[in-house]
Amino acid sequence: MLSEGAVKEINDLTGKYANKRSAVMPALFVVQREYGYVTEEGMREVANILGLRPVQIFEVATFYTMYNKKPVGKYHIQVCTNISCSLLGANHIVDFLSMRLGVKVKETTPDKMFTLSTVECLGSCGTAPMMQINDRYYEDLTKEKIEEILKGLK
Amino acid sequence: MPLITRSKKQEARNKKQEARSKKQEARNKKQEARSKKQEARSKKQEARSKKQEDDPVKSKIMFEPVILKNINASDSYTLTAYLKTGGYQALKKALEMNTDTIIQMVKDSGLRGRGGAGFSTGLKWSFIPKDPTIPKYLCCNADEGEPGTYKDRAIIEKDPHQLLEGIAIGCYAIGASNAYIYIRGEFTLGADRLEDAIREAHSKGYLGNNILGSKFSLNIYVHRGAGAYICGEETALLESLEGRRALPRIKPPFPALVGLFGKPTVINNVETLACIPHIINRGAGWFAAIGPAKSPGPKLFGVSGHVNKPGLYELPMGTPLREIIYTHAGGIKGDRRLKAVIPGGVSAPMLTEKDLDTPMDFDSLAAKGTMLGSGAVVVMDEKTCIVKAALIVHEFFHHESCGKCTPCREGLDWIVKVMRRVEHGEGKERDLDLLLKLCGDIFGRTFCPLGDGAVMALRGAINNFREEFEYHVKHKRCMAGC
Repeated sequence: MLSEGAVKEINDLTGKYANKRSAVMPALFVVQREYGYVTEEGMREVANILGLRPVQIFEVATFYTMYNKKPVGKYHIQVCTNISCSLLGANHIVDFLSMRLGVKVKETTPDKMFTLSTVECLGSCGTAPMMQINDRYYEDLTKEKIEEILKGLK
Repeated sequence: MPLITRSKKQEARNKKQEARSKKQEARNKKQEARSKKQEARSKKQEARSKKQEDDPVKSKIMFEPVILKNINASDSYTLTAYLKTGGYQALKKALEMNTDTIIQMVKDSGLRGRGGAGFSTGLKWSFIPKDPTIPKYLCCNADEGEPGTYKDRAIIEKDPHQLLEGIAIGCYAIGASNAYIYIRGEFTLGADRLEDAIREAHSKGYLGNNILGSKFSLNIYVHRGAGAYICGEETALLESLEGRRALPRIKPPFPALVGLFGKPTVINNVETLACIPHIINRGAGWFAAIGPAKSPGPKLFGVSGHVNKPGLYELPMGTPLREIIYTHAGGIKGDRRLKAVIPGGVSAPMLTEKDLDTPMDFDSLAAKGTMLGSGAVVVMDEKTCIVKAALIVHEFFHHESCGKCTPCREGLDWIVKVMRRVEHGEGKERDLDLLLKLCGDIFGRTFCPLGDGAVMALRGAINNFREEFEYHVKHKRCMAGC
């Protein structure tokens, strides 16, 4: 169940738009925050609150990559492997993280702490290679820098 | 061993020796020619840079940043900092002007959309119906996703009020009282900065009801995307804002008549809107005088890849590519030679060393068969495998195709499959022709430019570096030196 605060938040979102359906995307972020990922239960609740059919929520959730359809670790590490980052060794960054965490890309560590993903361009090309951990950008990466970053994540 | 055989052998040996020294001689001659060429090249280079120094108008190092002028201050994103550098004066001035005068001024400035298409901003605004009873919208396209591009993020994170002021002037000019900033979901810091800036502007009367004592009221809302490149396409952006899958709409009707919620809508890029306050403050003539007459103004160039100083450089439109790479971005890392450069984000076909003197503006790049796009300059040195680079780019397009039109959805799937096998050394001889045929099957047959962009990028790579693709097929590995 979504918390009372989350339900209110979703209701308030509709005030921003001429059409309630526009609130689907921000509402899905609320669901993701509450459940850790977009659960079917959460999506059905959004449909109820916004007066839409569940499929109208499912189709949006499955189109956009930032809605996690499966649980992810406490820290979701996403390494950019698009052109500018690749030119500066993004594949070594992915290999290093994979070795260091003991998981392959798209996998989560058994303790549910880290999920490793690769991702398309995140708009940080002048400071490549880069990765995003949850909401935060980490740029100009080196192996030493990654070691430091991982040490700080408990 | 009989003596005669031995001497014959000796003869043969001598002949071989002779041939060898002849070869060496030829090699030496070639080397000499090469160093002569090298010398000529450096002389030319020297002459060129001298010419630049002599001519202060050409020397773009003298150019004072306009859009990025505030970003080095530590508190540049606050209202206090913005007001200190003359912030919101343009809005004040605009509110005392006639809306038609503002639109004419933007037209006269020659400002062309910085998102990539390069359409006249003033003209776009003028298409909006004047009927005051119809609600109108302005959407700011902040879904910066073209690989290599990171210019709008800098404006949003470091100087959000500049963008808000541009939006407010635009809304006043077209008669909109609601605006949306569609920002890509990953830019969390940017979205937070915008929300804070909107709150600040409201509290001081720069947004909200009766702005600065006028009859004009405006609300600006931030709408976060959720990871879909296609939302940078304006009609897909509108679909997404209406809470649906971001599938581009067929045009016409154009958004200027039937846009967001079915109402007349203007969609402008962040950098485009950031130019507006400066045009109002300093005049259309000032803007039009910067750079080439047909595509004027300051422009942000985001340089990435194999350069010594990657970064965002604000320069006059029309600055030569060579100057951007070698003067501003510090040249190629490790003094290597340049192999290829993408001039405007990955949809723009790549250029090579021979094109380095091309002025970076909409028309000059179009004449070279590529485009200015977002002004994202991706530099690749001589060690780069073009086949691998092209595969990375096309894995991206394949991933981001929204799936609405068959040619793009299926075509890019095939292109990526064929390119993977070429790159992995399993290519067949007919694969290059197959790739080009697939390009022809996609180009011009889709609702939106995503498929066209992918095709242009691939054709650019194959046309410039066909021998590398062929080498991959024949020898099942990268060409020597990559």
